Amino acid sequence: MRKVIAVLLLGIVGYYIFSSFLEIPFGENRATIGDYYLENSVEQTGSVNTITSIIVSYRGFDTLGEVTVLFLASTGLAAILFDNRGRKRRRQHASLIVRIGAHLIYPLIILLGAYVFIHGHLTPGGGFQGGAIMATGVLLMFMSYRSFEVNHKWLTYLESFAGITFVTIGLSGLIWGDSFLANVLPLGVPNELFSAGIIPIIYIAVGIKVGAELTGLLDNLLKTIK
Amino acid sequence: MTDALTIMVYVLAVILIIAALFAVKQKDLLLAVIGTSAISVVLSIFFYILQAPDVALTEAAIGVALSTIIFVITIKKTERHEE
Amino acid sequence: MVFYVAGILLVLIGMYAVLTKKNIIKIVIGLSIIDSGINLLLIAIGYVKDATAPIFSNETLKAADMVDPVPQALVLTAIVIGFGVTAVALALVIRLYDNHKTLNINKIRKLKW
Repeated sequence: MRKVIAVLLLGIVGYYIFSSFLEIPFGENRATIGDYYLENSVEQTGSVNTITSIIVSYRGFDTLGEVTVLFLASTGLAAILFDNRGRKRRRQHASLIVRIGAHLIYPLIILLGAYVFIHGHLTPGGGFQGGAIMATGVLLMFMSYRSFEVNHKWLTYLESFAGITFVTIGLSGLIWGDSFLANVLPLGVPNELFSAGIIPIIYIAVGIKVGAELTGLLDNLLKTIK
Repeated sequence: MTDALTIMVYVLAVILIIAALFAVKQKDLLLAVIGTSAISVVLSIFFYILQAPDVALTEAAIGVALSTIIFVITIKKTERHEE
Repeated sequence: MVFYVAGILLVLIGMYAVLTKKNIIKIVIGLSIIDSGINLLLIAIGYVKDATAPIFSNETLKAADMVDPVPQALVLTAIVIGFGVTAVALALVIRLYDNHKTLNINKIRKLKW
C-alpha cells in the first residue's frame, strides 16, 4: 500500500518537473554572466582555464567555505567514531602480486596527484581532483600492507599549515590590494607555468589540505575494523 | 552530434537507468554498492560528452573510488543482507 | 533532451528508495543517487551545440563558441560536498548499529534507551 502511494506521488512530481524542463531549450546559448567571464578572464586573472579563475579568483570566498565544510565533515566523522579503547588494525597481508605492484605504483600516483594540482591553471584539474588522487594512492597502500601507518601529527600539521596559507594570502590581498583575495603578484604571460599571480599558490594549498583530510578520514574508518 | 555519438548516448542512458534500478532493488547490499559505482562511471562519461573535463575528473576521482570504499567499510562493520 | 530525461529519472528513483525502503544503508544509497541526478541536470543546462570546453589552450579559440562555465564551477563544489555528507551519514549508521544491533528503521523506533 505504501509503495503504491509513493509511486503515485512521484509520478505527479515527475510530470510537473518534466513539463517545466521542456521550456528550457537544450543546446542554446543564453548566458549573460558566462559571456562576461569568458571574455575577460584571461586579461584580468591571467589563467587560461576559465573554471579555475571562476573558482579561485571571481568566487574565491565560496571555495573558502567549501574547504571549511570538508574540514568539518572529516572532524565530525572522527568525533563520532571515537573509541577510547585504542584498537589496532588486524588485517591480512594481500597476495604477492598486489604487494609488489602497490609498491611500484604508489610514488607514481602521488606524483600524478601533485601534477594535477600544480598545473591547475593550464589544464583541466585543480586542487580537489589532485587531493582525491593522492588519497586514493594512500588507500592502495593501506589495503596491501598490514603495517603501513600514517602519522596523524604530520597530517594535522600539513592541514593546518595549508589552511593558514590560504587565509594569509587572502588577507595580504586586503592589505596591498583592493579586497579579500585580490591578485597582488604580477600576472605574467598566459599559458606559462609561472603566471596568474596567486592562483597556483592557492590551488597548491587547497590540494595539500584536501589530500591530508581525505587520508585522515580513510584512516579513521579503517581503524575501526576489528 | 554525429549519428554514432547519438547512438552511444542512448545506449549509455539505458545502462544508467538499469544500473539505478538494480541498485535500489537488490537485497544483497554489496551488489547495490556496485550498482552505485556503475552510475558514477557512466556519469563521468556523460560529463565528458557534455564538454566539461574538470567535472568529469572530479566525479571519476571522488564518486568511483572514494564513495565506494566507504560504503564497503560500512557494510563490513554491519550486516551484508537486507533484513 | 536525453540528458534531461535521464537526470529526472535518476532523481525519482533515488526518492523512491528514500521513501519506501526499510534498511538504513539503502536510504543512504538513495541520497547518493539523488545527488548524482541533480549534478547531471545542472551540467546539461549549460551545454551549447557544437561548442568546446572553456579552456583557451591556443590563441585561435574564440570566446563565442565555448560552453557556459558557471554551472561547471557550481557542480565541482556540489560533488565534493555530497561526498562529505555521505561520509558523515555512514559514520552515524555505524554508531547506530553498535547501539541497537539492527539496521531496520521500524525496530529502531520502538526501542527505548
